[in-house]
Amino acid sequence: MSGFAQLPPFLIFYTAAVLAGFTRGTPRSLVLLAAPLLGGLCLFGLASGELLQFEFLGYTLVPLRVDSLSRVFGYLFLTAGFIAVIFSLHVKDTLQHVAAMVYTGSALGAAFAGDLLTLFVFWELLAVSSVFLVWARRTERALAAGLRYLVIQITSGVLLLAGTLLHLQQTGSPAFSHIGLDGLSGWLIFTAFGIKCAFPFLHNWLTDAYPEATPTGTVFLSAMTTKVAVYALARGFPGTELLIWIGAAMTCFPIFYAVIENDLRRVLAYSMINQIGFMICAIGIGTTLALNGAVAHAFNEVIFKGLLLMSMGAVLHVTGRSNGSDLGGLYKTMPKTAALCIVGALSISAFPLFSGFVSKAVIMSAVLAAGHDWIWLALLFASAGVFHHAGIKIPYFAFFAHDAGIQATEPPRNMLLAMSLAAVLCVGIGVYPEALYRLLPYAMHYDPYDATHVISQLQLLCFAALAFTWLKLQGIYPPELRAVNLDFDWTYRRLLPGMYRRLLATLAPLDHAIRQGMAGMARETIATLFRQHGPRGLLARTWPTGSMVLWVAVLLGAYLLAYLLAW
Amino acid sequence: MQAKRKHLFDKPRNVRRLLYVLYSICALLLAIEFLYQRHSQHAWDSWPGFYAGYGFVGCVLLVLVAKLLRRFLQRPANYYDDGDDEP
Repeated sequence: MSGFAQLPPFLIFYTAAVLAGFTRGTPRSLVLLAAPLLGGLCLFGLASGELLQFEFLGYTLVPLRVDSLSRVFGYLFLTAGFIAVIFSLHVKDTLQHVAAMVYTGSALGAAFAGDLLTLFVFWELLAVSSVFLVWARRTERALAAGLRYLVIQITSGVLLLAGTLLHLQQTGSPAFSHIGLDGLSGWLIFTAFGIKCAFPFLHNWLTDAYPEATPTGTVFLSAMTTKVAVYALARGFPGTELLIWIGAAMTCFPIFYAVIENDLRRVLAYSMINQIGFMICAIGIGTTLALNGAVAHAFNEVIFKGLLLMSMGAVLHVTGRSNGSDLGGLYKTMPKTAALCIVGALSISAFPLFSGFVSKAVIMSAVLAAGHDWIWLALLFASAGVFHHAGIKIPYFAFFAHDAGIQATEPPRNMLLAMSLAAVLCVGIGVYPEALYRLLPYAMHYDPYDATHVISQLQLLCFAALAFTWLKLQGIYPPELRAVNLDFDWTYRRLLPGMYRRLLATLAPLDHAIRQGMAGMARETIATLFRQHGPRGLLARTWPTGSMVLWVAVLLGAYLLAYLLAW
Repeated sequence: MQAKRKHLFDKPRNVRRLLYVLYSICALLLAIEFLYQRHSQHAWDSWPGFYAGYGFVGCVLLVLVAKLLRRFLQRPANYYDDGDDEP
């Protein structure tokens, strides 16, 4: 038992990945379900502390460090993995199951990494395993988006490695604890975390690749990568003021995109950046209340965003579509999915009695307590905006709006079960927040359900709903259109390739002229050489022996003459 | 062929009812403001109707600005797909 208790949870998932590769049908389903359950049992049995250590090149590496912060993220990845596994049980594609197991295991590995080198290894494994969940869609767009995703993720890993090596050189210790923004190594690691966390201008891999992944793959993707980055920032950079501003920007700008985006899974990808913004902002504030809020919100966000992505995944699975312009009226044929989606929508909007409320409240209180009034106002705007684009828009355009007349049925039972589990968690945590609060890294006494707060939140949300209704009735609300909205990825998908092509086009005539000139000079030289030295050239003619003798005689005669004259 | 089943929101009356419910809730939430002792966290949110006004105005602005952004940001759906063939 003690041997089992020391087992790193990621090893269970890597073993499950191997087994999933060689099994099919029910045995494989059992393997996939057993991994998160065994992992949970194992984590429950793990004491806190640095449980595994070994020497590598003179440094002490700690592949298994459990403390209150990593433990809650461990439970988070296990819960999310369990729900996502159930959601994908009907899938027959071996590639996806193996990739999902490696991916979840790597997230756990990163959460329990006690040193930066171990973190780097899992960081890269996360990148490499997750891209297969995108490629498994097997469309041309998914292939291209996956490739862009991989390049950006690997770049993040390279920055992390560079920062780690510099950090090692400066401090002599690879331990992963508070890093801070002092010196180049801190900035490199910060940027590496920032890429995976979808900081503004570094965020497009998320909105680009997640909506192109398979319906089930996106559920795994949404749970792991960005939350590993949130964990890493909470560990390495708590209280970094820059994060407050970055976080506030992240809550606000994506909601504008979410309003005009047509692909409902991409709307959710933008809304994911918005939710992560709340966590980043709280990490930047760095008080124990704020950090608790960030962790609690990460936990809840994975569940309710998972639920929303699952409901849209179910719609995509059944109808083959996820565009707002193509959908509508599905509440008639998919009422259960619609109801579950609405639970997710109420949770993300932070309605009282739903999970988002009890964690966002902590963050908002922490922001006010730290005296950041304007940031608080920005987060409040973003909160109203969330309800607008995720809380109303997602269920409205998928399940209500105009009836698109699509023939649909409820999704497979395993999908409904996974969504129901997530919905139960959303309501359960909302009704009984203490269960979640007890898991948090710092002790706190916080009651989200005081009358002022509940009524304020209800006013904010109901009047946001009223705004939607009014805009819709007035015909001001922008219709869902099949279109692409330019974002920062335009720079590397259009601007830079375009500039490269233009550069080539500008240089082409010059290049042609230089080549022509060179070729002309070469031709001239060859012709000259040919004239002089060619078969008929003056210097290359064959001379008869007779004329040779004659010239020798002339030379000797001249020599004699010169001798006689001189003497 | 079975007659097409009427669903909840196929009847405009039900949609109207839903809207009335929303309007009443909003009115109630505004009225309640004066009936209980608020613990304001900040000077701003002690103004009556602060959250209601902020939620409504914020969302209207959000949609109007987003609509404006569409003019600059919107491209055909296949914008990136044929990108590589462009000379």
